[in-house]
Amino acid sequence: MIALETQGLKRRFGAFVVTNDVSLRVERGARHALIGPNGAGKTTLINLLTGVLKPSAGCILLEGEDITALPAHRRVKKGITRTFQINQLFGEYTPLETLALAIGERDGIGGNLVRDLGSFDDVVDEAAELLSRFGLGSVMGQRTATLAYGKQRLLEIALAFASKPRVLLLDEPAAGVPEDERHEVLKIVSDLPGDVTVLLIEHDMDLVFSFATCITVLVAGAIFAEGPATEVANDARVKAVYLGESA
Amino acid sequence: MLTILFDGIAYGMLLFILACGLTITLGLMNFINLAHGAFAMTGGYVTVVMMNRYGLSFYWCLPAAFFVSAALGAILERTLYRRLYQASHLDQVLFSVGLVFMAVAAADYVMGGQQQLIQLPPELSGRTEIIGIGIGRYRLFTIVVCAFLAMGLQLILSKTRFGSRLRAAVDDRRVAMGLGINVPVVFALTFAFGSGLAGLGGAMGAEILGLDPNFPLKFMIYFLIVVAVGGTSTVSGPFLAAILLGIADVAGKYYVPAIGPFVIYGLMILMLIVRPNGLFARGGAR
Amino acid sequence: MSVVADGSRALAPMPDDAARSQIRRRSRIRLYELVIWFLAVAAIIVLPSKMLILTEIAILALFAVSLDLVLGFAGIVSLGHTAFFGLGAYVAGLFARHYFAEPVAGLILAGAASGLLGFATSFLVLRGSDLTRLMTTLGIALMLGELANQMGWLTGGADGLSGFSLDPILGLFEFDLWGRNGYIYCLAVLFTSTMIARRIAYSPFGLSLKAIKTNPMRAAMVGVPARRRIIIVYTVAAVMAGFSGALLTQTTSFVSPDVLAFHRSADVLLVLVIGGTGYLYGGILGAIGFTLLRDWLSVVTPQYWMFWIGLLLIILVLVGRDRLAGWMQYLPGRLAQSRSSRS
Repeated sequence: MIALETQGLKRRFGAFVVTNDVSLRVERGARHALIGPNGAGKTTLINLLTGVLKPSAGCILLEGEDITALPAHRRVKKGITRTFQINQLFGEYTPLETLALAIGERDGIGGNLVRDLGSFDDVVDEAAELLSRFGLGSVMGQRTATLAYGKQRLLEIALAFASKPRVLLLDEPAAGVPEDERHEVLKIVSDLPGDVTVLLIEHDMDLVFSFATCITVLVAGAIFAEGPATEVANDARVKAVYLGESA
Repeated sequence: MLTILFDGIAYGMLLFILACGLTITLGLMNFINLAHGAFAMTGGYVTVVMMNRYGLSFYWCLPAAFFVSAALGAILERTLYRRLYQASHLDQVLFSVGLVFMAVAAADYVMGGQQQLIQLPPELSGRTEIIGIGIGRYRLFTIVVCAFLAMGLQLILSKTRFGSRLRAAVDDRRVAMGLGINVPVVFALTFAFGSGLAGLGGAMGAEILGLDPNFPLKFMIYFLIVVAVGGTSTVSGPFLAAILLGIADVAGKYYVPAIGPFVIYGLMILMLIVRPNGLFARGGAR
Repeated sequence: MSVVADGSRALAPMPDDAARSQIRRRSRIRLYELVIWFLAVAAIIVLPSKMLILTEIAILALFAVSLDLVLGFAGIVSLGHTAFFGLGAYVAGLFARHYFAEPVAGLILAGAASGLLGFATSFLVLRGSDLTRLMTTLGIALMLGELANQMGWLTGGADGLSGFSLDPILGLFEFDLWGRNGYIYCLAVLFTSTMIARRIAYSPFGLSLKAIKTNPMRAAMVGVPARRRIIIVYTVAAVMAGFSGALLTQTTSFVSPDVLAFHRSADVLLVLVIGGTGYLYGGILGAIGFTLLRDWLSVVTPQYWMFWIGLLLIILVLVGRDRLAGWMQYLPGRLAQSRSSRS
């Protein structure tokens, strides 16, 4: 079954075509990596998939349903969310409040304006549990803006987890995370239930090959190569264009 | 009918001269300066003082109004505005509203709260018949002067080195700095020039728009409309917007005095609904 | 709404007492809140001669609390908040004059009218930059002001609307000459509204508002429907502003186009900035500070107090609003801490 599919997706900025006719299919439960040289349009593609940007042409299907016209928050409700390459957090909130926000929205209580947040025990408990899973239990009451970068990075990913997505897009999750915490991050990601689909953008090739079963190579906004990880790794063209360059 | 059109054009031209400085600070430098009218008021009062107290010629007052307002603008830019270019819009609003309040009270204190009248030179007062249309001579004078100013402005911005430096500084501050452009000086000069034009507009408008301490508050919305409707990428945009606004306002007040102002505010709100970002987007890049 | 245990959840979350108490502590009643309300009530007995200015403060405070919901929580800079204040004031005046002079009924009607206007205009502040929002809000308030001026047959035009008096509140409490019952009435409305605003602030809804304000893109990415939230809070704030306008009319038996003037929108911004945004009591503390300051200035320099208010604004901005308004939060915060450590 296909979890996420795009058909002829296109995005222009003025005269620049940043995403050029991308037709992508991601299998349900896949560990799919999206790689490509800088400026290949990887983050733009993620922005299109999650509704941060609107495509100039083409459509996006989530589990067979056309979500192209939906705003970002509705897509999240449909089960797709993401992390950001640069942390996008709520500096004044504590990690606990941050996750309670996401869990509350997921459970449909976010519009409740008469009950105290503190009376939703199951939301708070789940937030606390998720925080301790990410090793953030000890800092859950501190203002996010005062946390160390590594902790903020973990919170960034935990926040996406809190929405319990069926399709999760990770935009360079390990960027800036210290070496010893990197594997922690990856372990948490690979421990996700098998039916959660993950699309990963990453520059670190070791990481990509240890994680992904399927790889799409994006060059200049278009799909350059696609296939099982081992195949793509041995593809001479890919090596020439991309791997050779960076390795 | 044609007289109204003519009056409207004169009024619109004035609005353009008054507001074009704001087009740059608000539109290009992204600074919400609600105090722009205070500079215009300064120019108006300079004229009043010079003419009524010292009996100087009206023609001398106009450049004086320009330079005094420009100097004031330069001083305030260097001491205060400069610090707030990076501040939040709320801070800019509060700051400039504070400045307006101070200007209003100060004008009241120094000059008194009454409407100021100036005696125009005889050759500018009265009406002339041109092809059967009664035309106020002063209106004609205003149109001619403002038209020259608008053309001059267009030339400065598009043809001179200063114009290209300003555009570079506004487009990307850091790159401009890297190119050796002294961005703070460019900004300060631009701000001063815009304030000076506002002062000139205030001086010329004392007769048409009236002048009292509430001037900056009364005309704030008009300036904002010119910028909002005209956009900021060209000189002609705000120019046309100002002319349209002038004609609409004069005609509205003449034909439908009861609903005149609604038409203008309503149109503005409609514009903002239709193109909430586009109006302010620079050259429609995004 | 009780949330039934969700069977699909992989791990049943362990009850976490630390987390629960941390979240509950957010909405705990702080000592400074008790102090403020206690003093406000005590003033009825201690300051019988100051009822009129206290009434003024209560009305302004309610207006500012309402703006705080829009500005401090939803992050919308409005230069025309007085549209709702003014509409409420006129509706209350017209209702009392032509139909029914019982104040509470007029209050509710005024709130409803302003709420309706708030709902209708909320769609205009959904999109666009700060600047477009400033201009639309300003434009709406100016239009209403013009309307009040022009529709002389209804509003009395520039002379204002007068010649009506109000019945006793709920048929029981007469508006007395010293303004005592008027103050109690305003205080009761302020208290109720602030408590409602407080409830909203600490609800999941309130949590999502500040998220929209600080990072709209991320808020969308956790599923917050920002447009709907802003429409709701803008409407609620408009209702409260309508209340405060109605209170002004009812306690003074007079309305003029001044209630829609630009300076009111600017004043209430200043009030909120003095008191600090985003925690509701900023509006109340700011109203006290602003009114006392203005009163003092208008005694010292009757005509030119605007100058000093302007200077204050500039200083506030240049020194840093957070740093100056911060002290208000600091002091009560410390008090609250010492209290909790004792208990």
